[in-house]
Amino acid sequence: MNLDIRTPIGLLFLIIGALLAVFGLATHFTDPALYDRSLGVNVNLWWGLAMLIFGGAMFHYGRRATARLIAAAQNP
Amino acid sequence: MPGLPLIVAAAPPAERLFSLGVADLVIIAAYFAMVLAIGLYLKGQTQTGEDFFMAGREMTAWIAGLSFLSANLGSLELMGWAAASYQYGLLAVHWYWIGAIPAMLFLGVVMMPFYYISKTHSVPGYLQLRFGESSRALAAVSFAFMTVLMSGINMYSMALVMKVVLGWDINFSIWASSLTVAAYVALGGLRSAIFNEVLQFVLIWAGALLIPILGLYEAGGWAGLQARIAEQLGRTDFTHAWSTLGSFQDNPMGVHWTGIVFGLGWVISFGYWTTDFLVVQRVLAAKDLRAAKMAPIIGAAFKMMVPFIVIVPGLLGLALLPEKLVGEAEAVATGGHSYNEVLPLMLARYCGPGLLGLGITALIAGFMAGMAGNVSAFATVWTYDLYRAFIKPDADDAHYVAMGRWCTILGVMVSIGTAYLVMEFESIMDYVQALFSFFIAPLFGTVILGMLWKRATSAGGFWGLLTGTLSSIAMWAWVKLDPSALRYVALSPHAKDMAENLYRGLWSWIICVVVTVVVSLATRPKPDSELVGLVYGCTPIPSENDVALWRRPIFWAYAVAVVFVALNLYFW
Repeated sequence: MNLDIRTPIGLLFLIIGALLAVFGLATHFTDPALYDRSLGVNVNLWWGLAMLIFGGAMFHYGRRATARLIAAAQNP
Repeated sequence: MPGLPLIVAAAPPAERLFSLGVADLVIIAAYFAMVLAIGLYLKGQTQTGEDFFMAGREMTAWIAGLSFLSANLGSLELMGWAAASYQYGLLAVHWYWIGAIPAMLFLGVVMMPFYYISKTHSVPGYLQLRFGESSRALAAVSFAFMTVLMSGINMYSMALVMKVVLGWDINFSIWASSLTVAAYVALGGLRSAIFNEVLQFVLIWAGALLIPILGLYEAGGWAGLQARIAEQLGRTDFTHAWSTLGSFQDNPMGVHWTGIVFGLGWVISFGYWTTDFLVVQRVLAAKDLRAAKMAPIIGAAFKMMVPFIVIVPGLLGLALLPEKLVGEAEAVATGGHSYNEVLPLMLARYCGPGLLGLGITALIAGFMAGMAGNVSAFATVWTYDLYRAFIKPDADDAHYVAMGRWCTILGVMVSIGTAYLVMEFESIMDYVQALFSFFIAPLFGTVILGMLWKRATSAGGFWGLLTGTLSSIAMWAWVKLDPSALRYVALSPHAKDMAENLYRGLWSWIICVVVTVVVSLATRPKPDSELVGLVYGCTPIPSENDVALWRRPIFWAYAVAVVFVALNLYFW
């Protein structure tokens, strides 16, 4: 088996995080009233960035582990 | 816990809670695409029966532990317990702490070696090794039957939630989510179910975590939350876990601490966490014994934190929502909101377009995790414990894998059928939820005696399980036919459903244990040589002395136990 679960988790978090961050950034100036309900914090932007960091770390470690497994299989 | 307190009314208010924008729908679509991609990718690696039914027995402790928890954490359970904490206050936390943590640690430290060393593929499989074919048949039939029924009921409740919250068509919700589950489980087997459960577990946290963070910020921390609830309700018992349990009358739930500790903490919780194959299956897929022992301990550590995204939002709803949430019937009559909707209401309070989609994705992910758990467990039990055992014992491996794939699809179809049946006849729901509780408690009696008592014989195991289950059904029917019998079954004529379930479980467990012991002592014992790898005292358990302290499961079990005690004291 050569699927490290961290890779797809990281990928999905990168996609959703980027989407949220871009959406947050776009609405930051056009529609600030959108964030009144979240106590004035642009939660889309910040949560999106947090998801990007988490997703990036997961993706990185998942890929690294997979690369090591493949390398180990080639040079026993 | 399996018993869902959440049943949304059949005729919900016409208006939906909120509608989704494009950004929200894109997030939901990304999630569906990723889940199917994982299933497709894993299909190529799923050839043998070990791959399909046991995920190749190569899961690390983390993956097994998180999926163990995720399979239990359906979204109805999230919404249901948030509703319960709105209704009963902090007492709901016992279903996460005392009702889970001791049992999960016990499973990891004491029971897992026997399950794992016996190399069984399922809990009925263990009963066959220990007690013989008849016990296996009884456990397998009842489990397979209950699993698909429960999954259908969950599906219907979920579709109803989607209708109330988003205004989605019930048929659309049922078919879209269940066909996705059928596809990824049938393609990749247990491995695909487990991997997706881990993904879903992380997503649930990502989607729900902002509610308690923003809510506690707005309320002014835990102290502020306590003060606001005391001010709103004029009573302080909603924010204490133990100090009000000294008598039946002093707390919102009307329970006594003995009921919580012995009924919930012992019989129900140990029965569910240590013998329900749906959750145990995840741990059986671990790569070695140490991973198998660590998995429930890791699961317990995360289980302890789940109240933060379930119980806290319920309490926040109590403190912060301007309107008063009411019971389901009253909500339909007045057009208000019921407390079953407290989690989506809190989500809508803080999250606008964008994060709303993520929150809804988390709810869908939770539902799909629970359903995938049901169908993958059903496929294993049907194929190995019924089909291979009694119908076609000597086919080749590829035949059983094909059987498992078809069974997954069949299981989903039966679930969909059940969902439509429940839609027509609402009362079936009550019956099936009661049915589920019939099997858990006696099964725990049989398994625990089998593991820890060498003298238990095949006949003892079978008759104990049978009489325990039948007595549970009989007690339930007795109360149904003659409600005044409640005073004998639940010790009090005023007992609520919850109390009746707890006591019925306790009695049927005791009957199972007594019958097993008596019949065992009257029959010829099994020779020790047949019990190697199955029973305490006959099984060499690998020593952990050469492993560093911080790598030993028992060390982490103690660490979790210390945090568990500290949490209970803090929220006393």
